[in-house]
Amino acid sequence: MKRPLTVNDGDQTVVIDLKDPYIAGFWAWLWPGAGHLYQGRTSKGILLMVCILSAYFFGLFVGGGHVVYASWTKEDRRLQYLCQVGVGLPALPALAQSYRVFVAGEEPFFHRFMAPPRQPVIPDSMDQKSQWHEALGYRWEMGELYTMVAGLLNILAIFDAISGPMGIEEKKKKTKSEGGKRKAKHGGAEEEIGIAKEGGA
Amino acid sequence: MWSRLLDVANLPLAALWGARVWYFLPLLVVISFVYAATRHELAGPILAQAWHTAVWIVGFMVVVFVALLALTLWV
Repeated sequence: MKRPLTVNDGDQTVVIDLKDPYIAGFWAWLWPGAGHLYQGRTSKGILLMVCILSAYFFGLFVGGGHVVYASWTKEDRRLQYLCQVGVGLPALPALAQSYRVFVAGEEPFFHRFMAPPRQPVIPDSMDQKSQWHEALGYRWEMGELYTMVAGLLNILAIFDAISGPMGIEEKKKKTKSEGGKRKAKHGGAEEEIGIAKEGGA
Repeated sequence: MWSRLLDVANLPLAALWGARVWYFLPLLVVISFVYAATRHELAGPILAQAWHTAVWIVGFMVVVFVALLALTLWV
């Protein structure tokens, strides 16, 4: 359990209760924004969720649902998936499909959604991957770009859930506590973000 | 020389009206907001930082674009 952070953001002082940062980090990976919601940083959690998931699903849509798949064969190493899996749960069906194809040797389920292309993938031949490229054209790259950027952005969000905002310094001076809660003051008004309890924290 | 210059000058216009260039806009918004949200906690500073980041990214892209354009003219 990490102690609450007191930080200066602009001209205001904010107290952030990170709760258990590693549980928050796990939630943040599993579903973008969920870690912040767990910490009570609701607005930020919703902002991150909307931004990251909209980029991810837009990319998936533009890429015809084929741009996110997991494959580690000699002919088709999907390094892109290492970035895409940063969004957590929305990218995990690709792992299940990959397991079915490469390990269990069965047909993928859900109409081959996020499944690897039909094997074998042979470079310079008209295999299924080439057909996808031909059908989608530049949309393939756009879809990959969007889904990869979404995954990478969520890694920033995970760090934020674990250790708080990166750009602002932690205030060392202890703030006054009132009624078992810490409150942040700004311009006469008070604001609480991720309410921190005194004593046990 | 002049015909080449005109060809190059037509490029940005053609690209601007083409559909592909607009794909950068949602990405710009998303990157700016997420980056800003990981550096600030309050809505005001997040918005200000997002705007600053967006301007910086567009400025950087414009500089690269102009450099590449100049390169196509003189190389």
